[in-house]
Amino acid sequence: MADCAQPIGARTGIGAALVVAALIFGTLAAVVLRAEPGRGLGSADWAALRFTLIQACLSAGLSVALAVPVARALARRRFAGRRLLIALLGAPFILPVIVAILGLLQVFGRAGWISDGLALFGLEPVQIYGLHGVVLAHVFFNLPLATRLILQGWQEIPAERFRLAAQLGADARATRNLLEYPMLRRVVPGALAVIFAICLSSFAVALTLGGGPRATTIELAIYQAFRFDFDLGRAAMLSGLQLVLTGAAALVAVKVAVGEGFGTGLDRPLQRWDGNSTTSRVFDGFWILLAAAFLLLPLAAIALSGVPGLVGLKASVWTAALNSIMVATLSTALMLILALPMATAVALGRGTMIEVAGILGLAASPLVIGTGLFIVIYPIANPFALALPVTALVNAVMALPFALRILVPRAKSVVGRYGRLSMSLDMRGLPFVRRVLLPRMRAQIGFSAGLAAALSMGDLGVVALFADPEFATLPLQVYRLMGAYRMEAAAGAALLLLALSMSAFWILDRGGRWHAEA
Amino acid sequence: MLRLENCLIENGGFSLRADLEIAPGSRIAVIGPSGAGKSTLIEALAGFRSLSKGAVYWKGKDLSKVAPGKRPIAMLFQDGNLFPHLTVAQNVGLGIHPNLRLDDAQQAKVKAALARVGLDGMGDRKPASLSGGQQSRVALARVLVQGRDLLLLDEPFAALGPALKAEMLDLVAELLAESGATLLMVSHDPSDARRIADQVVLVADGQAHPSMETAVLLDNPPPALKAYLG
Amino acid sequence: MKYLVIAAGLLSTTAAYADAPELTVYTYDSFVSDWGPGPAVEKAFEEVCGCDLKLVGAGDGAALLARIKLEGERSDADVVLGLDTNLTAAAKATGLFADHSVTADYALPVTWTDATFAPYDWGYFSFVHNADAAAPANFKELAASDKKIVIQDPRSSTPGLGLLMWVKAAYGDEAPAIWADLADNVVTVTKGWSEAYGMFLEGEADMVLSYTTSPAYHLIAEEDSSKAAAVFDEGHYMQVEVAGKLAASDQSELADQFLAFMVSDVFQSIIPTTNWMYPAVTPAEGLPNGFETLVEPGKSLLLTEDEAAAVRDAALDEWLTALSQ
Repeated sequence: MADCAQPIGARTGIGAALVVAALIFGTLAAVVLRAEPGRGLGSADWAALRFTLIQACLSAGLSVALAVPVARALARRRFAGRRLLIALLGAPFILPVIVAILGLLQVFGRAGWISDGLALFGLEPVQIYGLHGVVLAHVFFNLPLATRLILQGWQEIPAERFRLAAQLGADARATRNLLEYPMLRRVVPGALAVIFAICLSSFAVALTLGGGPRATTIELAIYQAFRFDFDLGRAAMLSGLQLVLTGAAALVAVKVAVGEGFGTGLDRPLQRWDGNSTTSRVFDGFWILLAAAFLLLPLAAIALSGVPGLVGLKASVWTAALNSIMVATLSTALMLILALPMATAVALGRGTMIEVAGILGLAASPLVIGTGLFIVIYPIANPFALALPVTALVNAVMALPFALRILVPRAKSVVGRYGRLSMSLDMRGLPFVRRVLLPRMRAQIGFSAGLAAALSMGDLGVVALFADPEFATLPLQVYRLMGAYRMEAAAGAALLLLALSMSAFWILDRGGRWHAEA
Repeated sequence: MLRLENCLIENGGFSLRADLEIAPGSRIAVIGPSGAGKSTLIEALAGFRSLSKGAVYWKGKDLSKVAPGKRPIAMLFQDGNLFPHLTVAQNVGLGIHPNLRLDDAQQAKVKAALARVGLDGMGDRKPASLSGGQQSRVALARVLVQGRDLLLLDEPFAALGPALKAEMLDLVAELLAESGATLLMVSHDPSDARRIADQVVLVADGQAHPSMETAVLLDNPPPALKAYLG
Repeated sequence: MKYLVIAAGLLSTTAAYADAPELTVYTYDSFVSDWGPGPAVEKAFEEVCGCDLKLVGAGDGAALLARIKLEGERSDADVVLGLDTNLTAAAKATGLFADHSVTADYALPVTWTDATFAPYDWGYFSFVHNADAAAPANFKELAASDKKIVIQDPRSSTPGLGLLMWVKAAYGDEAPAIWADLADNVVTVTKGWSEAYGMFLEGEADMVLSYTTSPAYHLIAEEDSSKAAAVFDEGHYMQVEVAGKLAASDQSELADQFLAFMVSDVFQSIIPTTNWMYPAVTPAEGLPNGFETLVEPGKSLLLTEDEAAAVRDAALDEWLTALSQ
């Protein structure tokens, strides 16, 4: 019914998508225009492309494959600490890369806990460095995200449908076929595309865990082109390549993710009648424990090494923490301003290009965006004066793909379910947004805002070129502390950062669910 | 007078023609075989489907380009007539003002409408805590406060039991008698038509036929209807 | 009336502040951080210059140069501080820098004659290890041992590039073979110094590429003598960090004053325990206690800026080839 009247226009959403596209392609164009003729893409770049693709495909596939049983276990089990575990699942994802690498190595490294354990039995230490190490690290980062996205898919199946399935006597397997597989078909392609895009632009993780220049990704090649060769043309070309790959992945995901939603129920509390057999309990328990151990051990390592450094953190670290909170607040607001209209426009069937524009934020190299913005802004304004808005904007655009994955399915079901009723009541435009869309999407808005705030808190973003000397963010201070040999204080600051990100996530996510059942 | 002038409604490979008039204050049952296009007709009237040809007039005014919410029409759907996150009173209040900024008089009107449908004092509840019949009553209370000239029912009571459904239809009939509004109601069940409708529009063979007296039509059904009634 | 006086006083102080000329110095990020030399340098220079010194951090040395290239002649920077001899040739090629007028009695192991850039500190690259473990005496011994090392990527890190130059300066055409032998000792390659050093401290490797001055930090700041730097008998490659004045500066005299201040006793005394490098000019009071414990390489290696620029790309290819096997 694409020709039908709708309770709300798609124009704002299209406008928001254009802003995002302008930021990404505009900055790329700025870099291209500024470039002097350099050398084109060489065999090393193609090798980087190949490695990037292989690791991104493996990482995305494995993250999602593992996330499915974990999400299902979390969806149908209720246990003490479940909410906390789900909140903690967000943590790896929002850690500054350097902190996460060190945390991972404390567990999986040559001198890590597992190797120490193996040594007790006279066994060789774990060989973590290599393609498998890259994939392990990327799964560590992205399994939680995939789990949350898929878990949300499960939660969006209304209680009524599970009730119906239970009434029909559907066992776990029948429930899978009736409800879960169709849901996965809609949710999984998007999750794959997002994680593929994240891994595509990985650099420090891939290099460090990959064990050397074998593990050169496109992003590292961009970095090299920019700072080693100062070959802006090549940097732009590589960044364009990254955009094309991500765009293609997004397009495939949008096309593949088909299927009707399950409609909306009457907000009854969810109760599951399937999966009560002992086998499925053991199965679910296994997955929850495995995921928890895999994700929480490195976090515990980070926390343990951070505690001693927490005492005596300098005032400048606390100031940086305040700055980070400011950046996170602003970028979360910006993200919602962009994402909500975009999600609505997608829900109205103006989808594909907007969804693709939304996901490009992940593929755009922060270095190229930063450089492009710098080239554009430098002639007209002082880059330092714009440090806060620029950082917030770029972080918002980077968080957009996640937000859209979270918001779009819900927006679709709200518009599909209540669009006509609202129109027959002449509830259009702002009243529809205020009275129907926003209240019905509260949980999703809270979740996406929490994710954006946490991401923005942990991201170094484009600070380098716009770094106002007076305006250091917490991740930057962590790097500075490490650069000044203060590893203990850095670990303390990293723990503070982790706590802040988690709190931001927790508060916003909970805020969205508060009284949501009422 | 509601006038459908040379209307052609297309939906994929399916098309429906309608050229008919309905007198104000009539109560029309729209009946016909499943898939004949009963809901399509109602949706086109309500503005959810655009006409490929023709026009719809109410009291001489062309409604074809009017947005659904601006038409003099109140409509109840098969399901999902209430917003689960809003209270009963808010759901009714939407019928007065879609952004729910209601003054005291309007609040009182909502209260009165709830009382009229037998839900006195339930304004603060959420739909999930009501029975199916009560939920239908909330929707009818909203129709009441909307005060539109035309009421379109797309089988909103299909899920209710026979007794409850009869009760709802009687309530609808009472409300219509009070307001003088015109009713068009999709129905599968000839007894519904007999119960409430004085006229019937038969939708069959890609055509919405001009209305006929209910009793006349049902007692001497044309072949298409006969096949459907069995 | 009283308020008026106070207001006038406030106005005049802000006015005085606004009238003071501003000198903008671009440098690398760790220089301006609270733990780097920046805060002390700013305070000391502002006491003598009657100006407002603005230190701007921009990534690391290479990012600094890239930024100057991006900004070109319209740059706000008057001085760039933090390039090294691997970057100076490219920096000069931009034509954006003017000659300096600094003279000093440098304590560098090499004679300094550069007309455009003046040095402010220097150090030797070296592998840092736990003092209780024996260290190899050269690259060949390291390659033959089962010692594990973490190094930095020359494409993204200054020390990483330094190591590339070190092996090239020591072994020339033999460098690819050295790298091939070292490949199985390299645990991994990191993006920057911090990752590598952090990994070493966590025990992921026996040795990490850093500076001979690194143990001084642990000794002086943490009273921890457990870290040592290995001395290699091929000699050690040097990093000389320099600053230069931009030709388009609108504060040319102030920039000259800053460069002169840079080699003065005040500035040079700040360097050792904030930047953890050797000062370019030995301060009157000598080096801080603890620096005398640092190892002294028998031989200093340093490619001239032109040699460095000439061998850079080939050396990178050799490195990539050897370590990508």
